[in-house]
Amino acid sequence: MNRRPIFLITCLCFGFAFFYIPILSMIVFSFNRSRLATVWGGFSTQWYGKLFENDQIINAALLSLKIALISATFATILGTLAGLALARFKKFRGRTLFSGLVTAPLIMPEVITGISMLLLFIMMAEWIGWPGSRGFTTITIAHITFSMTYVATIVQARLSSMDTSVEEAAMDLGSRPWQVLIDVTLPIISPAILSGWLLAFTISLDDVVITNFVTGPGSTTLPILIWSKVRLGVTPDINALATLMIVVVGVGVAIAGVVMHRADARRERDIQMAIAANK
Amino acid sequence: MAESGGSAPFIRIENVTKKFGTFAAVDNVSLDIGKGELFALLGGSGCGKTTLLRMLAGFEMPSAGRIFIDGQDMAGIAPYDRPVNMMFQSYALFPHMSVEKNVGYGLKHERNMTAGDRRDRVKQMLDLVKLTELAGRKPHQLSGGQRQRVALARALARQPKLLLLDEPLGALDKKLREHTQFEIMNIQDRTGITFVVVTHDQEEAMTLASRIAVMDRGVIRQVGTPTSIYEYPASKFVAGFIGSINMFEGKVTAATKGEVEADVPELGGKVLLASDAVAEKGAAITVAVRPEKIAISRARPKGGNAFPGTVKDLGYFGKDSLYRVKMASGTVVSVNSVNAIRVREDQRVAQWEDKVWLSFEPSSALLLTQ
Amino acid sequence: MPSWFNTWFNRDGWSKSIIAIPYFWLVFFFLIPFAIVVVMSFAERTATSPPVGFLPDFPYVTFENYGRLVGDWVYIRAYSTSIINAFMATILCLIVGYPMALGITRVNKSWRNILLMLVILPFWTSFLLRVYAWIGLMGSNSWFNKLLTAIVNSVLPADMAFRNIPMMNSNFAVVLVLVYSYLPFMILPLYANLEKLDTTLNEAAMDLGSRPWQVFKDVTLPLSIPGIIAGGLLVFIPASGELVIPSLVGNASDPMIGRVINDEFLTARHWPMASAVAVALLLLLVVPLMAYNHFEAKAQAGGKP
Repeated sequence: MNRRPIFLITCLCFGFAFFYIPILSMIVFSFNRSRLATVWGGFSTQWYGKLFENDQIINAALLSLKIALISATFATILGTLAGLALARFKKFRGRTLFSGLVTAPLIMPEVITGISMLLLFIMMAEWIGWPGSRGFTTITIAHITFSMTYVATIVQARLSSMDTSVEEAAMDLGSRPWQVLIDVTLPIISPAILSGWLLAFTISLDDVVITNFVTGPGSTTLPILIWSKVRLGVTPDINALATLMIVVVGVGVAIAGVVMHRADARRERDIQMAIAANK
Repeated sequence: MAESGGSAPFIRIENVTKKFGTFAAVDNVSLDIGKGELFALLGGSGCGKTTLLRMLAGFEMPSAGRIFIDGQDMAGIAPYDRPVNMMFQSYALFPHMSVEKNVGYGLKHERNMTAGDRRDRVKQMLDLVKLTELAGRKPHQLSGGQRQRVALARALARQPKLLLLDEPLGALDKKLREHTQFEIMNIQDRTGITFVVVTHDQEEAMTLASRIAVMDRGVIRQVGTPTSIYEYPASKFVAGFIGSINMFEGKVTAATKGEVEADVPELGGKVLLASDAVAEKGAAITVAVRPEKIAISRARPKGGNAFPGTVKDLGYFGKDSLYRVKMASGTVVSVNSVNAIRVREDQRVAQWEDKVWLSFEPSSALLLTQ
Repeated sequence: MPSWFNTWFNRDGWSKSIIAIPYFWLVFFFLIPFAIVVVMSFAERTATSPPVGFLPDFPYVTFENYGRLVGDWVYIRAYSTSIINAFMATILCLIVGYPMALGITRVNKSWRNILLMLVILPFWTSFLLRVYAWIGLMGSNSWFNKLLTAIVNSVLPADMAFRNIPMMNSNFAVVLVLVYSYLPFMILPLYANLEKLDTTLNEAAMDLGSRPWQVFKDVTLPLSIPGIIAGGLLVFIPASGELVIPSLVGNASDPMIGRVINDEFLTARHWPMASAVAVALLLLLVVPLMAYNHFEAKAQAGGKP
């Protein structure tokens, strides 16, 4: 039956309205002339200008980007290794503990992760004198730790759905196991590794709770800055900042979507042509 | 078109067309099916047979034309209101329900049945397909053949006027298939329900069905009994689709009542055909002969329709052998001969590169014009 | 590279390093810190720096923190507020998310990809800013609040009319923003589950006489229970430990547990108490997780064909 599911489509419309009305409202009010963030006072772009004059915001954004880039890269390396270990080595000592350690940070409330990390750093400073002060390094270590488990989960899922006969073929053709890993396995799972990196990058860029615990004076990331501003109330320059971030993300996702769609379409066409050529 | 099965057609498909966008999956098809028939829709993938079946079930609505079942116009009637049940190709058993619940599912909606009636019916159906002991199992605990029987029992439980079977044997292995074929025929015989089977497997259609419709690209090419479709195909398409056949181009040189003489350069001579077809002298025709109707011998046989060639390939299948014989024109002819007597390899009728004679009866050759 | 290294690496060094590197990282930066929290929950607050100490004599540990946890009304109330809010949010996410996930499986393929992207897109924008957007909408001067007030007043008798609806700083606000923030976590696993369902099962049910609503009840709904449970846990677990949302839109006098931990640790500087509350929260979350694992194992054992 090809009847249109009217009820479901209505639900979809309301659901997406719920998703996007707050965001749209925020974008509209970023062009508000009034200082009151929620009462319309005419059109203006003044808050965007103020935003670019604000060194505090720019510095916080740069720090956040720096932490996100470094922590996502390390998290991807560690997470890929962890995913490989879980998916390819069925038996090693402490495997149960290891797989528990990989899943636990995913479900651990951020508050608890944050407190335990902070306590570790405090204890280390007591006993070995490092880290002397908290900031960039401690934030990066914390971000690596929780985002590597996301990468590990993605990589592990991809590996367990992968056709292992390709790896066996490579070994049959004379590759040593670690060469198989580099020549065959890693290239095949590279899309999963890339999406793991992107996820780790976003999570790091977005994190406020754990960062709030392990940060120190002078190291204010963008979410921490927004957090402290928002607690004091709604201000129009945050609307402008939010709009800019949404535009950047939206454009990025749209480009990624188009690129992926093109690649899919090309692949589809190639398959069609190959089939046609076979006839 | 061949004679229809019963007196008044039980199912009447009238000029039915189904379009998906601009593509006509079913193109102006008309077909009558009699009550109690076991009818097969036969064709390759994408020929429209499944679309036609889904229109009978009510999952697709015709873009044009009408379908009557037992005299009732089916236009606008939803699948759940039709006296039709279907056995799906994938069986579509509900994975979360036991065999018993699956079979009884359709009876939930029968208002005038008591709980006891329902239980009795389920039991009766499970007996019919010999699954009584497995009533409590879930589908994933069953073998492929058992699942197939659950699907059949479930579709039969509501005692539909018409049962549709979509590739009923497609997922079974070869041995099981033969057995199940006869079981389906047996059940059809006992219940008297009209069965319409969709299949791409010509052997399956031939053994199962009382009549077959051969479909190609949305149209019905021929309707008839298995014998008439195999022995008297109406076109090159049907002849080639059902079984294997040798086809040669020729020109009519003489035609009398019931007999046609044609010049067939591919065979290197004149061929005599017994045919009622009206053929004019000089008309281009196709001569078609099935491999098993050609005799192979070392010595030149008596009579006409004998042509020399060389054995190029030989396949031994136990009960029969397939020869591929190259004629002087270069055309390769397939010959299938039954190994009726036991002989050693070196005593075979022919070996590789042997010169042989091929011959066939005038009545065994077909004259095709389209 | 030295030859002993090559030999070692080729034999099993490569696999040992793959396992060891992430293993040691997680032990050092996740397991040990967590162990510190557990140990600390048995300590007492002192006036030293850091403000923690163990009892001077045997048994060196104190259960006083855990005693307060079950004895002090503040903590019991915080736990129940957390569970109620998280549970309400989960149910609402299910009610809103289920038809959406089902709807997405029923549209054609290109629409499906667009709609999925629209579900994921808010997830890529900053979590804090999404909460912030609701702060703007819920404020008593906002257009949204005024619109809602007008709608409510139009059905209420004139003498009961509101001037505005006090939405901010309440559990209502917390649940609303929880639903908003975690809805994608409900929709995506549900969609993944519903999309895998064989549509011929629906056709089979319809063929056997079921109307669309019955098809949903008999086939789609029972087969989507794994998706409902997965989505439910993905919402419930982070929602019950949430800190940002209750801090920004919640009622300070009726806090959720995450906020209690945070305040206990950073404001009151009672680290042992904060640790005890955290350990107890974790134990609370372990129960639904074990239930989920049990269910998963059962589903796997009786796996679908």
